[in-house]
Amino acid sequence: MAIITTRDGGTPVRVTVEGSMTIYEAAEHKSELLAALGDATALELDLGEVDEADTAGLQLLLLARREAAHAGKTLRVVRLGPALAEVLDRWGLRGAFADPPLH
Amino acid sequence: MNHEAAPHTFIAESRELLRDMEAALLTLERSAADPEAVNAVFRAMHTIKGSSGVFGFDVIVEFSHAMESVIEELRAGRVAVDEVLVALLLACGDHVASLIDCLDADDRLARLEAARPAGADLLQQLACYGAPGGNGQAPAPDPARPPAADGIASGCWHVSARFAPDVLRHGMDPLSFLRYLSSIGQVETVVAVWDAMPGAASMDPEACYIGFELQLSGALGRQEIDAAFEFVRDDSSIVILAPHAAPAEYAALLHERAEPELGAALLQCHALTPDELAQALALAKSGWRGATAAATAAATGDAATAAPPVAGADAARARGAAEARSLRVHAGKLDDLINLVGELVIASAGVSLGAQRAQDAELREATASMNRLVEEVRDAALSLRMVPIRDTFARFNRVVHDLGRDLGKEVELVITGAETELDKSLVEKLSDPLMHLVRNALDHGIESPDKRLLRGKPARGRVQLHAYHETGSIVIEVADDGGGLDRDRILERALERGVLQPGQPLSERDAYQLIMEPGFSTAQEVTSVSGRGIGMDVVRRNIDSLRGSIAIDSVPGEGTSIALRVPLTLAIIDGFLVGVGRSTYVIPLKMVVECLELSPEDRARVRESGYVNLRGEVLPLLRLRELFDVPGDAGRRENVVVVNYGGERAGFVVDALLGEFQTVIKPLGRLFDRLSGVSGSTILGSGEVALILDVPGLVHRVLQADPLPQPRDGRAPAGPEQDGVDRSVRGNRHEGEQSC
Repeated sequence: MAIITTRDGGTPVRVTVEGSMTIYEAAEHKSELLAALGDATALELDLGEVDEADTAGLQLLLLARREAAHAGKTLRVVRLGPALAEVLDRWGLRGAFADPPLH
Repeated sequence: MNHEAAPHTFIAESRELLRDMEAALLTLERSAADPEAVNAVFRAMHTIKGSSGVFGFDVIVEFSHAMESVIEELRAGRVAVDEVLVALLLACGDHVASLIDCLDADDRLARLEAARPAGADLLQQLACYGAPGGNGQAPAPDPARPPAADGIASGCWHVSARFAPDVLRHGMDPLSFLRYLSSIGQVETVVAVWDAMPGAASMDPEACYIGFELQLSGALGRQEIDAAFEFVRDDSSIVILAPHAAPAEYAALLHERAEPELGAALLQCHALTPDELAQALALAKSGWRGATAAATAAATGDAATAAPPVAGADAARARGAAEARSLRVHAGKLDDLINLVGELVIASAGVSLGAQRAQDAELREATASMNRLVEEVRDAALSLRMVPIRDTFARFNRVVHDLGRDLGKEVELVITGAETELDKSLVEKLSDPLMHLVRNALDHGIESPDKRLLRGKPARGRVQLHAYHETGSIVIEVADDGGGLDRDRILERALERGVLQPGQPLSERDAYQLIMEPGFSTAQEVTSVSGRGIGMDVVRRNIDSLRGSIAIDSVPGEGTSIALRVPLTLAIIDGFLVGVGRSTYVIPLKMVVECLELSPEDRARVRESGYVNLRGEVLPLLRLRELFDVPGDAGRRENVVVVNYGGERAGFVVDALLGEFQTVIKPLGRLFDRLSGVSGSTILGSGEVALILDVPGLVHRVLQADPLPQPRDGRAPAGPEQDGVDRSVRGNRHEGEQSC
């Protein structure tokens, strides 16, 4: 399972993504991310273990962030793997995700 | 970079470009000064280089860059075209093609690396022509231009990209463009634009919604930036603005994009200052027509001062426009469609049958018009797969060129009927046999120039490729004006090998067919005797597998012509349904000439003689009842279906004529590979199975009805011709049993 959602009975809900965040996983990740977001008032994304990412993966992060903002929820990236960091840098979007510490 | 889905478009387009380049190089050899050909060569290499860069295929980039440098010299007139250079560039093209072939595999990067050394030698040769210092840096950049009086302040190239939703699915991640741009220049700023992304519910996770505005600095030409986007240009929108562009150009961009956030994005990436943005916005508002006109003028001015590649870029763009009118579709989808249409044809046959039984006039009328539509759908679906044979033929320009040089023969290739269309799947299967035949024609058919002059022929030999349609088949002829086949030597050889018995009469055509016997072709000495033979049995096997036939004509001293005749399509045909007893058979309608009723008096006579007098001509007959050993006696009436194949006629005796029927060909299983007389099966509207008759094989069998004694040992099983040779029409029962 690439996405692990942890609920410790309270908020924030932590979502850990491992492995790839590419077009091949995009459909699955989309529904899981949105489901996790639907249940929570605040979401922490642990992306430290993402070892491969592409533009499809990036788009999902943008989508989740926008959905969270629309719903008045918070979404925070707590860890960012190097592959995803490169993608964000290329797109000039590193700043969009609150400058989390690099894994 | 991850491109698990192979960049199919890139591979296919590159191959196409390489073919274009080859054709252009061959043109160059003939008329050295043809600037259009030089441009075509340049365009091909330049595009391949640019796109390989995007995908990170460095080995290809490196090699094509070296080629490009030499071609650049050619364009500039600093290097002259000669035979040696053309040969070198052809060889380089082959190397690039082999690199492209590496991309088909999953471990493509490893393969590319492995293939790198093979190009070292060529690179060295290229370096001899190379531009001074040409083997390192990219083509000449734009001379630094002073900011135009009314240009904007930014001295960077601006790239604005919006991608087609499908690019990700096609394995083209915009990321690769970002990576590539930062490899050719310095990406100063990037602003992602993704306002187009819809809400969560309708957002397609595999579609691309994100584009960028980007500032790029470095000594670059427009062409170089442009080339990166070659494969997405058709459906994506890429705008490249020069350093210090006129505000009008940005106005046009703002107008074209019509995105409320674009102005902010341009500010954010420092393309425009707030003042410049205001100016551009005002221009865009005040009259975008003026703005675009001004922008165009500015762009043209820019083009005029830019490096020479621009001419190539325009041509490439024109080509892109032409391609936009056609659509690339995965071959598998087409196959699925054809299969479905096949099922539809079968199902509609069932409906018609039901309608006929129901005795309902309205229903019958409705099914009649539905059938007509189904037929049209069928034809339209099949025509999707039809391609002109031009490309296949064009390959042989190169083959003849190279082989002629190797053999020291001067040979001209004449191509006619290149527009003739045939099924795409056939094209692939025909190209090997054609290759064999053309090589044979050059190697063994065409004599050396001295010999030709001695025989009073022009020193330059001629090989002709000709294609045309004939009664549901495509015929492809490979003809040469060489020495012709030596019939006597062939017969001598056949007797030696025991393929032929002494005193056995043999027609001219049949004698030539002998060269396609397996034993005949492989042996070295036969090649020298007959002057033919490399792989002729392979040719025959290939053609047999397509249900085709081969006719050979040869006149000693004047040349040889080999005609391959292959059914046009492999999927669906118009059939003619006939009944024998309780069995039903299908005869391809295109081969049916007419039908006759056998009168009772004829029937008795026919039974004896095996032929009928058709308006003064002898028409040999084949009784399907006996051939297939159908139980029961002949019906009260018998009919003859006259068929024509390749100019030969024969009559099939059947009980009933059941009319036309759209036939979806279902191949017979491998178990029936050796079955003669039947080429496939189909499903009738009633759900019953009917066998499709192999008319070419049967016609041949009838014509061979005079049994020739044949040794039965050591002969490989092969097509119907062979089987038919040693059996009379009526002595063939056991095969009938297999098929029933």
